[in-house]
Amino acid sequence: MSEPEVTDQLAREHGLSDHEIALIGEILGRRPTFSELGIFSVMWSEHCSYKSSKRYLRGLPTTGACVVQGPGENAGVVDVGDGRVAVFKIESHNHPSYVEPHGGAATGVGGILRDIFTMGARPLATLDSLRFGPLDDPHQRYLVRGVVAGIGDYGNAFGCATVGGEVTFHPRYRKNILVNAMNLGIARRDQIFLAKAAGPGNPVIYVGSKTGRDGIHGASLLASSEFDEDTDAKRPTVQLGDPFTEKLLLEACLEAMGTGAIVGIQDMGAAGLTCSSFEMASRSGTGIEMDLDAVPQRESGMSAYELLLSESQERMLLVAEKGREAEIFAVFEKWDLDAAIVGRVTGDGRMRVRWHGQTVVDIPVDPVAANAPVYERPTARPADFAERQQLDLAALPPERDPSGALLQLLGSPNLCSREWVYRQYDQLVGSATVLRPGGDAAVVRIPETERGLALTTDCNPRWCAQDPYLGAQHAVAEAARNVAVTGARPLAVTNCLNFGSPERPECMWEFAEATRGMGDACRAFGIPITGGNVSFYNETAGEGAIPPTPTIGVVGLLDDVTRAVPAAFRGAGDDVILLGETRNELGASEYLAVRHGLERGAPPALDLAAETRLQKLLVEAAMRRLLRSAHDCSDGGAAVALTECAIRSGVGVEAALPAEGLRPEVALFAESAARAIVSCAPTDGDAVLSLARSHSVPAQRIGRTGGARLVISPGVDVSLAEAHDVWARTLPEALG
Amino acid sequence: MSASPTLASPRVHAPFVGVLVFPGSLDDRDMERSLGLCGARAERIWHKDTRLPPDLDGIAVPGGFSYGDYLRCGAMARFSPVMRAVVDFAASRRPVLGVCNGFQILCEAGLLPGALVRNRQLKYVCQDVRVVVEDPGDLRAKLAPGRALVMPVKHGEGAYVPDPDHKPRVAFRYIGGSPNGSTDDIAGVANDRGNVVGLMPHPEHATDPLLGSTDGGELLQAFLATCLAVREAQR
Repeated sequence: MSEPEVTDQLAREHGLSDHEIALIGEILGRRPTFSELGIFSVMWSEHCSYKSSKRYLRGLPTTGACVVQGPGENAGVVDVGDGRVAVFKIESHNHPSYVEPHGGAATGVGGILRDIFTMGARPLATLDSLRFGPLDDPHQRYLVRGVVAGIGDYGNAFGCATVGGEVTFHPRYRKNILVNAMNLGIARRDQIFLAKAAGPGNPVIYVGSKTGRDGIHGASLLASSEFDEDTDAKRPTVQLGDPFTEKLLLEACLEAMGTGAIVGIQDMGAAGLTCSSFEMASRSGTGIEMDLDAVPQRESGMSAYELLLSESQERMLLVAEKGREAEIFAVFEKWDLDAAIVGRVTGDGRMRVRWHGQTVVDIPVDPVAANAPVYERPTARPADFAERQQLDLAALPPERDPSGALLQLLGSPNLCSREWVYRQYDQLVGSATVLRPGGDAAVVRIPETERGLALTTDCNPRWCAQDPYLGAQHAVAEAARNVAVTGARPLAVTNCLNFGSPERPECMWEFAEATRGMGDACRAFGIPITGGNVSFYNETAGEGAIPPTPTIGVVGLLDDVTRAVPAAFRGAGDDVILLGETRNELGASEYLAVRHGLERGAPPALDLAAETRLQKLLVEAAMRRLLRSAHDCSDGGAAVALTECAIRSGVGVEAALPAEGLRPEVALFAESAARAIVSCAPTDGDAVLSLARSHSVPAQRIGRTGGARLVISPGVDVSLAEAHDVWARTLPEALG
Repeated sequence: MSASPTLASPRVHAPFVGVLVFPGSLDDRDMERSLGLCGARAERIWHKDTRLPPDLDGIAVPGGFSYGDYLRCGAMARFSPVMRAVVDFAASRRPVLGVCNGFQILCEAGLLPGALVRNRQLKYVCQDVRVVVEDPGDLRAKLAPGRALVMPVKHGEGAYVPDPDHKPRVAFRYIGGSPNGSTDDIAGVANDRGNVVGLMPHPEHATDPLLGSTDGGELLQAFLATCLAVREAQR
């Protein structure tokens, strides 16, 4: 069997530019072989190389006292005390999930789980940030059902609790949904494993599932180009997932790590064997010699090209100490998994691959991996940027039915109950889930300790569409606030940056602005970014791009997990206190979108210092056990936040929101930042107010819990039962 | 599992319970931990073992997706080497408790009557449920009929279908309707002899006040008390 001849035309079909084709010629001093072309194509793809985003990511804050491992490894690592570390990361699986929702979402979860356990951590909790087109579109409902079932089928059968996330509907995701999966695991600080191929002479061992023909060019063709009319034809590039094998792989890897014979390990995700071997060698300044005939294969007749580029799931590549191979093999045999020596580490910095006795790849590692081309793409602020910030509140008709407006918001797809989604997920396996899905952040106990971690993902894409700099700052602020309301101190950030094509200057501008906003907010809060993922090309020909969506995952630490504060009220007779200040702003709010069909105006102003003060206050109040509940005011404003506290607890509330100088709909539904609704025992009310004063956070008693109604001044009076019914039935009615 | 605070008796007299581990078992560590919290000496037992520890007082078959549930839930696990010993153990009238996938495995192995099929709404379901204790076999000495317990369920195939020729002893029944379309709202059954009990709700996920209900601890303590009583009676 001979490989096709490599021509410039064939290279272009592999997604390489003429500049990149010329560069390959310079590096090799000859034309690449077909297998080498495949390697350059995936390694230099946007997905693997970050060639358009790298210069912006370099400016982000990545260091801090808690950081054990920053960006560049499979996941970030932070110290959480008691000799333990949290290993966490978020990643996208957007295009595969649009093409094949069940399989795409399932393997998205599988991929992020491997990123975590490849570092020696046992996965503890998953969160999923999902964005779809409008819920009234039947195809979107098919996608929602498929994605949720896929996440559940994989995570449930693997045995990692799904504890949170978000679901948003917006017309601009209609042809390009987003599926971002975050996972966090716990390891001992002195037992972290890195993706290294150190020690010339050490064996390179392949473990896990056999390699098949699935997912070839998933990274380069599916993830690194926009969708067009041939999208359905790309279905074969979506991988197949097997959570059962992944569970065995988890147990076998952790057991093998326990032998002490493993030097380095990396999962085979995007670009499979190619990416894992190149990255491991590149990080260690070594080379690898590989023989593809030794790779366990699911089907016969696979070419070198296919073996190198397959994205078959549930596979790992590891480097073991020479002479200790048998210890590794014994573990994988116990778990009935394949393990095979496929190569050796060399000292010469080259990748040499043999197949059927021929050398099919012989290229230097670094120019392909660490020194891949980097681009400075043109950026351009959209022409209508200033115009879209304009919103004349005075021209808006006054709200004549505040109760009706509240009910309409509660039943809207973006604010209604997410229970239909999360009841399909195992939220409990692992005996760690202290605060389950449905609140602001989930809280999990760190096993065998008194400590807990709060986890959340956030991003308001409507705000990012209006102003990506401010929108990204808000995403960080809201995520950090969601963690702080549980009583946890925000520790670190992971991000999943979902954008349109970097080749369009407006999208590149959005990316530049969003990363700048994210960096500024993280610096203000003192929380480093420890890793993440960039997903470009989220657009479809003729349909335009998605709104810029920098999904932010934040991890926070509770020194005493028994002090975690839930979002729902706890009983009748408690004081209700509003922390923070409601401003005269309604731009880009849920109220405008739901009640008036308007997406206009600037996002709320954001005072990062005020936000920091509020978060510190929330953490201290929780530590002093002053709070019975705490809930962040965000989408839908203070009225919706109060209602959520009530309907999740079955306890009503009577409260008067500050309305001086504000239109009623602003008092009720403004989405001003740096605010939270807390409740406390009446005997603690003064202590909370005085603590707020000492943190310079505006605070006022606005009412009391109790009863079976929601009486919220100005103008809202509805029964709790009706509010609950409207809120609870939207997703089940739409999705079955 | 490291040392945990125990809620019940000191370890010297603690009942010794084996927690079976199949490939794809998921709640095995949680079961081991919760049995420990309830006062047991618990140890996980690998499915390839052909012999059980001789001094074992009880067996817990935990939840999960053994063998990925790929053929039919529980259908492959019954052929694991350890299951022959488990069948013999049950035949000696010693206590066996199956939870979720463990319940499915015990049905497939013929130790409990009936079968568990796909939830009626065809979706996995994770939520707290309330069950009432009816006839929990040998556990009835410590788990009074009529008692209501809050525990979580989390399964995709939990609808119980009785064997038409073998009326089950209903150990637990869902209150206020089943979450899965189970026949007559059956949540758990006992075998005719009463020493094998299976249920879909997870008692091991309801033993710690920090994580929710503690009612599952009552059930596990009743199981452990039964293990001790049988050990004494058989001595």
